[in-house]
Amino acid sequence: MESKHVHQQIAAMRQSFFDEEVLDEKFSQLEQLEGKDNPNFVEEVFTMYFRDSTAFLETIEQAMKTIPIDSIKVDNILHQLKGSSASVGANKVLKEVNKTRQVLGKGNLEGTKAGILELRKEYDSFKAKLEPYFQV
Amino acid sequence: VVIYAAGSGDVSDLTAPSSIDLRSVSLLDSDHSLAQVSLFDSVVSEMARNGGVAWMRTTEKIGGYDLSTSDTEEVHVLAVDDSLVDRKVIERLLRISSCKVTAVDSGRRALQYLGLDEEIQKKETNGFDGLKVDLIITDYCMPGMTGYELLKKVKESSAFREIPVVIMSSENVIARIDRCLEEGAEDFIVKPVKLSDVKRIIDYTTTELREGEQREGARAKRRGINKRKQREGDDDLSSSPPSTLSSSTSSSPSSSIQSATAPSSPSTLDSPTRRLKMTSSE
Repeated sequence: MESKHVHQQIAAMRQSFFDEEVLDEKFSQLEQLEGKDNPNFVEEVFTMYFRDSTAFLETIEQAMKTIPIDSIKVDNILHQLKGSSASVGANKVLKEVNKTRQVLGKGNLEGTKAGILELRKEYDSFKAKLEPYFQV
Repeated sequence: VVIYAAGSGDVSDLTAPSSIDLRSVSLLDSDHSLAQVSLFDSVVSEMARNGGVAWMRTTEKIGGYDLSTSDTEEVHVLAVDDSLVDRKVIERLLRISSCKVTAVDSGRRALQYLGLDEEIQKKETNGFDGLKVDLIITDYCMPGMTGYELLKKVKESSAFREIPVVIMSSENVIARIDRCLEEGAEDFIVKPVKLSDVKRIIDYTTTELREGEQREGARAKRRGINKRKQREGDDDLSSSPPSTLSSSTSSSPSSSIQSATAPSSPSTLDSPTRRLKMTSSE
């Protein structure tokens, strides 16, 4: 009975991600690419995503502390973060990235700092949700 | 690629390769066994040294070869993307579509793999670093060399210009799409890439390869290539482009139109490739 419970748990978690729009259909598409020959494909992709994105965010946060702020560098990294977040279906993270990029694009550095704080919150929350999902 | 030289010249005159009259180009698998290399071997290497196409060796027994090797062979795709996540995903998409994949993280590395990096001198006659590449799929936005720059370098190279190049981009910018198609890109896909995009491109590439080989096989058999003396006027060949893989850049197939359309972008034209054909560039 234990494994049935685990399955239910996984299914419920997964559904909640879609309901809360934390994940979008890109995630389902990734799931469809899993096969017997590569049963941990989605988890592997997410491991890479978290590794890269954590580093990206830290670099951005550092860059925002330097004076003067290198906006181009920040934008480039946001662009990378946008790409990989879109590829894995990290819907809310992607939205924050896009919002922040827009604000940065207008030259509003204070707004950008605020945006990055929001992005960090969203990202950490996302990671905290997905990592246990893969471990179950 | 196999070159058959026609004509009455002395083929041992290696100092003037331009005097050799090239009549045809045929496609052979890269690891075919060769029946006879003597006559052309030195010609081939000389021409390669002179910066010509990356010739493979040739054989007299072409008539006996099964030229439709792509039926049994997988399409080999060179995937270029600086994003680790995207590389992993595109690799998976391509493997599921029964391709061999080589994934690299930059345009520079892609050129190195092809043997086109100017800073690395390739002494071998065979310019390939590895397997023959049937298709290049590259991200547009990359640090260092963009996908567009990579596309240009590939299309400028006589050895590799016939390899179809597909561009991927997260940005659905019409001007960018046009520019890539004008430069000779086979197709332009908006990211995130879907399995259906990849399958469509692979189907198209496989068909082109197979058709190209069949065309050459038919021509080869018709002309009886193992008897070079019997050269009827092959005017159809002299007027056709040297490579059988050429999907000519000015006539993008309509099946590639959908790929550039972003599903959620309101400002997208539905058929950028059609638009390219119809309008003069703005």
